[in-house]
Amino acid sequence: MPDVQSTVVEFVNKLRKRKIEGSQATAKCTVELLRSVISHQRVPHANQAAALIDAVKAVGEQLVAANPVELAVGNVVRRVLHIIREEDLSLTTAAMGGLDLLDASDDDDVDNCKGIGYPAMSAAVVAAAARSTLRPPSLQTLLEGTPESATVPYTSSSGADSESKTADKSSLTRKLKHDVIEGVNQLIHEIAGCHEQIAEQAIEHIHQNEVILTLGSSRTVLEFLCAAKEKKRSFRVFVAEGAPRYQGHLLAKELVARGLQTTVITDSAVFAMISRVNMVIIGAHAVMANGGVIGPVGVNMAALAAQKHAVPFVVLAGSHKLCPLYPHNPEVLLNELRSPSELLDFGEFSDCLDFGAGSGSLQVVNPTFDYVPPNLVSLFITDTGGHNPSYMYRLIADYYSADDLVM
Amino acid sequence: MGAQKKVAAASRVREDSEDLSRQRLQAIVLADSFTTQFRPITLERPTVLLPLVNIPMIDYTLAWLESAGIEEIFVFCCAHSSQVIDYLEKSEWYSCPNPNLLVRTIVSPKSTSVGDALRYIYEQQTETSQIQGDFVLVSGDTVSNMPLADLIQEHRDRKKKDEKAIMTMVIKKQSRLGIGSDQLFVAVDPLTKQLLHYEEDNARGGDVCLDKSVLDSTVLVCKDMQDCYIDICSPEVLSLFEDNFDYQHLRRHFVNGLLVDDIMGYKIFTHEIRSSFYAARIDNLRSYDMVSKNIIQRWTYPYVPDINFSGNRPLKLGRQGIYRASDSVQSRSADIGDSTVIGYGTKIGNGGKIFNSVIGNGCCIGSNVVIQGSYIWNNVTIEDGCEIRNAIVCDGVKIRAGAVLQPGVVLSFNVVVGRDFVVPAYSKVSLLQQPTTEDSDEEMEYSGSSSGTADLLLGVNNLQLDSKASELGPDGTGYIWKVCDSAHDEEWKHSVVPIPMDKLADITRAMDDDDIEDESVVPPSGELKSDTDSINTDANDDYGYFEREVEETFLMAIIKDDVDHVIRLINSRRFAYNMASADCAGAVFYSMMRLAVNTPHNSASELYRNATTIITKWKGVLGFYLKQTDEQIEVIMKFEEMCEESEELGPLFAQIVHFLYDKDVVQEDAILRWGEEKAGADESDKVYLNQCEALIKWLKEASEEEEEEEDS
Repeated sequence: MPDVQSTVVEFVNKLRKRKIEGSQATAKCTVELLRSVISHQRVPHANQAAALIDAVKAVGEQLVAANPVELAVGNVVRRVLHIIREEDLSLTTAAMGGLDLLDASDDDDVDNCKGIGYPAMSAAVVAAAARSTLRPPSLQTLLEGTPESATVPYTSSSGADSESKTADKSSLTRKLKHDVIEGVNQLIHEIAGCHEQIAEQAIEHIHQNEVILTLGSSRTVLEFLCAAKEKKRSFRVFVAEGAPRYQGHLLAKELVARGLQTTVITDSAVFAMISRVNMVIIGAHAVMANGGVIGPVGVNMAALAAQKHAVPFVVLAGSHKLCPLYPHNPEVLLNELRSPSELLDFGEFSDCLDFGAGSGSLQVVNPTFDYVPPNLVSLFITDTGGHNPSYMYRLIADYYSADDLVM
Repeated sequence: MGAQKKVAAASRVREDSEDLSRQRLQAIVLADSFTTQFRPITLERPTVLLPLVNIPMIDYTLAWLESAGIEEIFVFCCAHSSQVIDYLEKSEWYSCPNPNLLVRTIVSPKSTSVGDALRYIYEQQTETSQIQGDFVLVSGDTVSNMPLADLIQEHRDRKKKDEKAIMTMVIKKQSRLGIGSDQLFVAVDPLTKQLLHYEEDNARGGDVCLDKSVLDSTVLVCKDMQDCYIDICSPEVLSLFEDNFDYQHLRRHFVNGLLVDDIMGYKIFTHEIRSSFYAARIDNLRSYDMVSKNIIQRWTYPYVPDINFSGNRPLKLGRQGIYRASDSVQSRSADIGDSTVIGYGTKIGNGGKIFNSVIGNGCCIGSNVVIQGSYIWNNVTIEDGCEIRNAIVCDGVKIRAGAVLQPGVVLSFNVVVGRDFVVPAYSKVSLLQQPTTEDSDEEMEYSGSSSGTADLLLGVNNLQLDSKASELGPDGTGYIWKVCDSAHDEEWKHSVVPIPMDKLADITRAMDDDDIEDESVVPPSGELKSDTDSINTDANDDYGYFEREVEETFLMAIIKDDVDHVIRLINSRRFAYNMASADCAGAVFYSMMRLAVNTPHNSASELYRNATTIITKWKGVLGFYLKQTDEQIEVIMKFEEMCEESEELGPLFAQIVHFLYDKDVVQEDAILRWGEEKAGADESDKVYLNQCEALIKWLKEASEEEEEEEDS
């Protein structure tokens, strides 16, 4: 699969050189890449799930290493791994169902499975399968039920007895891969549609004549505000410009184009304006497992100001931004220090930069992100609804397998 | 030439024909600086492989070109070509190729200048046609993060409109204290961005000579610009180098050559990069120091040490700009100050103090070592109690306990500094002996560093055998290179040492003075209207300059024994100075006579013989300019002036004029009219007229006879 390899290299290069920006774009590229990795992965007869997991992990590690700061990459890789595990599990469960079926009515499936194998299935395998089905079901699996797996009438994926049924094997392989790709497609769909999902809830949160403050630029926030506007809510938006990249300016332009009453303020004016604000809405770069938020630089300041004046601080985040890691670890809480040229003009300041010269020297620090601790966040709005920061761990347990947390 | 072209891994061969519709973006990277600024280091390793914050320079260049969307890169190797190729083959550029990027190498060990390199590529071009369209020409020691796609597009659009716009060069605003790099003076048309004047290393202080023709319209004059040596070139550039075999230096010869050459009318445009992007070239130790610091301060983002941009192992960035490898070992009592980089596998002992320095991989640093503002490369051993300030220490160096490196020291590969030895400031130490055949600076610059290396390397073995080289203490090895006297004063300019305060004060003062003077004449970077008198004042002097230049050109050109060639060269001067044909004739004749006078001779008759041979040989050149009688008179008058100055020529005046007449260089009309004009002059002015009386008389008679003949 040379073409997959080359697309991986290309994407890794882009990540390394910081050519893709924004967690949604990155997540989308990552998941599409992983889908092609999975579809090109040749699956062995035994233990297909493990093979897929290994393949995805191998690529995932490269991607994460290429830009460790972009947590969405790791999130998506873990999501895909989780999908593989889930599908594998549901197939196993179905196999057990099939086994029960076989026990009940001997003849029905004998033609399909050529009459051999099932009686020989060892008790250990059954026990193992049963154990895995006994795992506490997650909220999502409860809600989703197992519609697909119910239609699987036969077969088992446990490694121990897999030598015997070649005919099934190929269909099974196809089945697992097919299911996984289905699942990944759903994920792609979810990532693409997260803005709408979140924006749908806007009407419940934004009320008539309110003043909303936002900082920097986020597509989710834009859609959210516009959705409220479309529902005939009239409100004002304050946009803090988000120095040094001034993406707030772009957001303000967009908002005005869509007919919202918009005011641009400097970041330093946030505290002065906060008492007039009814709600702060920001988009996150990533949401950590403890409910902390990594957002554009300046967000922590806005959050503290909001707390001081008891203004609700609402964070919008698509589910791909949920990161299963905790920010205690400095390896996780990474920041990207960008070029000082965003702050200063090199030509004018190059005199002061020669820091060995004995005279004082000028250091410029230009971080990209800020960390907002969970106690400052009032509400998370994700595509599944509004959540409290303390509930994040539970959402994460739904989306990720514990096995994948450390890649 | 015995060079081979190396094609990258066959798996990546892409048929060039497939995308004829769209020109591929190509770049030529010159993996040789063609200078000796980094000697003695570059005797053993090419400049482009020297580590810059622990990553070879060429990786910065290639990573930048790759992310700027270049699809094919030709790395041109001369000196140490095998090292460059080895490195590239092992690096990620070959082993883990990007499908959108092809890196090839071109080897030509004989090239000793940019001019040679481009001529070689042009020769190759005729066989392989590698370069299909516009290309980016950079040196392998360029660090930048500017995007190129728009720039290339801009160049192409301009080229489409104007065939003659063959080059776009990138310039950048720079602070006033651009020391180390030569001061640059450019004049640009503010509307079209066309480059009108380019002057490097202005020796005349603040005075700059602009051509009159330049001042026809509004001109933007800048002296706070820096040349980034990033050029977008059209294929014509290669052929121009081929045509002008004497072009060596890309700027000094090529750019200036094009600017004064109005016949071909090629134009160069400039592009000033926006302040949010970085571009710099490392051409001496000071710029090495500056760029290293800029990288540590992240101006080159995303090409910074904590990002894996070219297969390098990323370092972790801590507080205060300290980059540290995850497996480096550091004693708790060691004090690591800000803006420091520590590479993989490096161990730092107790009580060390390290500030503003870059330490490479696998170094071993003992206890109580002080390192400040220095660049320590890989696998260096520094024993206890050493003190290193503002030095460059190459791979494999051993510094024994208690040794001190004073500011500005450069230790080349594998040098050993003896116990308690103090290496004096600004000294350069190498295992190789200093090449003794020291030519003039200019020569050195073009004699490729490859030539002498082989014999020098032989010397190393001998050295290690007898290990007599104890210039660095009893247990040290290495030669301390002598600094030539003329360069000594300049040494502080081109080293990693911060500029001494007193020098800095001098410079600042000089600059302020400059500014004050300039205020009235040329603002540091301002627009000049064509009607400002200030610049035009020296137009009168132009003739003098012109004359001198024509003489130089003439002397240079006659070596090639080709009348047309001489005419072409002189024409280029003529147009540059906007001179009339008569002025040219005068100047050429002047040059010829000067040549005759300067040719050794014993007697007047010998001088006459010299003059006649020269005139006979080059009468074609004179003839080219002497089509009109007025011009011929001009020449005679010019000659008269000369004779007044030179006593030797005086007596020969009539003879030579006669000779000119014989050779049909001047017509009788001209001589007669000159005689008439002079007839009314003072007696003192008539010396030469009197000399020629016989000739004029004879001419008159001859013409009368002719008339009579015609009449009859």
